[in-house]
Amino acid sequence: MRRSLKLMAASSLFALVAGAASAQTELRMMWYNDGIEGEVMQSILDRFEEAHPEISVTLDVVPYQAVLESLPIQLAAGNGPDIARVTDLGGLSEHYLDLRPYIQDPAYWETNFGPFLDWLDPDGDAINGFMTQLTVTGPYVNRTLFEQAGVDMPGEGATWEDWAAAVNEVASALDIPIPMAWDRSGHRVAGPAIAQGAQMFDADGNPALVDEGLQRMAQLLYDWHQDGTMSLELWGSVSGSSYLGANEDFANANVVMYMSGSWQIPQFASTIGDAFDWWAVPAPCGPAACTGMPGGAALVAIGDTEHPEEVGVLMDYLAQEEVLAEFYGRTLFIPGHLGLASGGIEFDTDDPRAAHALATFAGAVPSISPVAFALQGYPSNRVMFNALISRLNEAIVGELTLDEAYARMEEDIANQLAESDR
Amino acid sequence: MAHADDKATGIGDLLQNVVAWPIRILFKLIDYPVTAIQNVIGIRRMPWLFLLPNLAFFGMFVIIPLFMNFAYSLTGGTELFISERPYTGGEQYGFLFDCDNYADPLSCREDRFWKGIFNTAVFIFFQVSFMVLFSLITALVLNREIRGRGFWRAVFFFPVLLSPVVVALIWKWILLRDGILNAFLVSIGLDRILFFVSPEWAMFWAVFVSIWAHMGFYTLILLAGLQAIQPDLYEAAEMDGTSKERVFFRITLPLLWPNMLVVIVLALIKGVQVFDEVYVLTGGGPGTATQFIVQYIYNTAFTNQVQNFGLASAASMVLGVVLFVLTLTQLAATRRRDND
Repeated sequence: MRRSLKLMAASSLFALVAGAASAQTELRMMWYNDGIEGEVMQSILDRFEEAHPEISVTLDVVPYQAVLESLPIQLAAGNGPDIARVTDLGGLSEHYLDLRPYIQDPAYWETNFGPFLDWLDPDGDAINGFMTQLTVTGPYVNRTLFEQAGVDMPGEGATWEDWAAAVNEVASALDIPIPMAWDRSGHRVAGPAIAQGAQMFDADGNPALVDEGLQRMAQLLYDWHQDGTMSLELWGSVSGSSYLGANEDFANANVVMYMSGSWQIPQFASTIGDAFDWWAVPAPCGPAACTGMPGGAALVAIGDTEHPEEVGVLMDYLAQEEVLAEFYGRTLFIPGHLGLASGGIEFDTDDPRAAHALATFAGAVPSISPVAFALQGYPSNRVMFNALISRLNEAIVGELTLDEAYARMEEDIANQLAESDR
Repeated sequence: MAHADDKATGIGDLLQNVVAWPIRILFKLIDYPVTAIQNVIGIRRMPWLFLLPNLAFFGMFVIIPLFMNFAYSLTGGTELFISERPYTGGEQYGFLFDCDNYADPLSCREDRFWKGIFNTAVFIFFQVSFMVLFSLITALVLNREIRGRGFWRAVFFFPVLLSPVVVALIWKWILLRDGILNAFLVSIGLDRILFFVSPEWAMFWAVFVSIWAHMGFYTLILLAGLQAIQPDLYEAAEMDGTSKERVFFRITLPLLWPNMLVVIVLALIKGVQVFDEVYVLTGGGPGTATQFIVQYIYNTAFTNQVQNFGLASAASMVLGVVLFVLTLTQLAATRRRDND
């Protein structure tokens, strides 16, 4: 009896030790999708788990709105994921993990992700993650509609006013309901505003949203909504800073020109395909520049993780050149890896429209205004974007005059920055 | 046959005993500690013992959050934990109420808070009025001997079972530019209407959808009230040759009034809290035309990059005071009805 008891105790202990030895560390990655990137990331993670059986990774795919609104609360409460895909790059930097002690070769990261690391950590030199995509804002046009209407597309150097005239001509010839549509987003307005001469910051580097350049762009947008160039349905139909895209209307050929950005390429390649010629065109010009806004999404490690070593292993794996080449190539994302950007990526598409769009947006990077880069790197840029879009919208629907809207924009920004500085 | 019945009764008794036995044991097990507690605290305090679980939940999920909310409203900054937030006293309330003219939201420093209050007031006025009216008419119709009465009662109650988000999405699809309603308008030769672009249409549909979704619940309360009215009264009135209008205004309405009051106050409370349906349906637009007070609180706390929990808490305390007054009114109305 005593012997059998000893045997049972020994076998239990063995089972416990063996169980502990084989226990996996589970990492959670919060992710949102614009296109097929979740699918691509999952296949890469499957391979990672095969190579590292001691680590399992759960990809939590959430709506983009959850990343914007819920993730900051989770991070503040210390209940965030281990890794997250974010677009508010600098705004959440206080919650990121500095990966330096946990990655094998920080120099590789600095060389290949250098300028973007500053977006993630504007005040320091931490390595927090890497860009899953670099984005550039810019317009797409429905070239088929131009051909059907017999209207020539404005060429290189055309202004926003030239494009507005052309798309109105096409829309009236073919009875298209929306000549021009822009994503309802302050980020989308910022590039064209900078093209009109907006400086965004004063001489001391403090945010100064409203100037003549911004007012020129705001006036154009206001006028276009009043004369029917842009439909009130998109910007006018919601309140505050809510994001709305016109991608579905563009894909349904209800829009002649759509101001959005490079992240739409994979979606258009799959939803529109060859149904019509969707064509990316260079950013239209203003008196100061022909520029869009840079931006993108980054995969960042979260500071509250209980498994920083394992997070480091995973991030090292994902940041490898060949892994990222596959990721960018399959997702049709502009690479945020300098080595791959200069060497060129073999994109997994035989769609000439997608290839042209990728070349157009990648080619636009050198001409992006330094003001646009500065704005993108400013951690509180969403305060400016939100004030811009929400107040401009209130003017467009007639609740405020443009002058009242400008005054409210400045007040909103001042109030919010004062609150965050307390 | 009698033998078979005896056998069945025997099996029935056996089954009853088998089922009752563990219950009896359970009661005995509960009885010992309860008797012991009763001996210690006395029978007069025993009701508190039974209320304790509910009070604990109520305290944990209502009272404590209420005090926490008040505490947050006295702080500023963006930190989540109250211990890390700087004390600002009544500054957030001062910011909310900083107006040159309370009748003009644009003269207020925080114009969106006041627009939210004005929009909520307009919404409540129309929603509660028409909700009560339509609920009353529906209840009167459903109280009559009509064919398929059970079916119609279910039809009117069905929307109450739907999630507010589902309700809003269904109506959004109906009302969009390429929605069913516009397709119908085009098919009969009319122009499309962009319902969510016009402030008046947006408010109209916000009210309409809210009534559609909740009317069944209030109809049910009124129907119960109608069924509680003694039929003798109607028979006596009929024998006296009283007109139908007089019967309605002199018998039905006065006797239904306590239920009506409950319906009005409950609809008011729900109206002040309106958020989810309208948020999904109109997003608060166009501009701020359908942005109500709860959406203001939500936006202030969660959608801005600088999440201003202090200001949102102050606004929700103001909302809480309004709801408290309405709840007291409802309690008073219920008590009066019980006394009547």
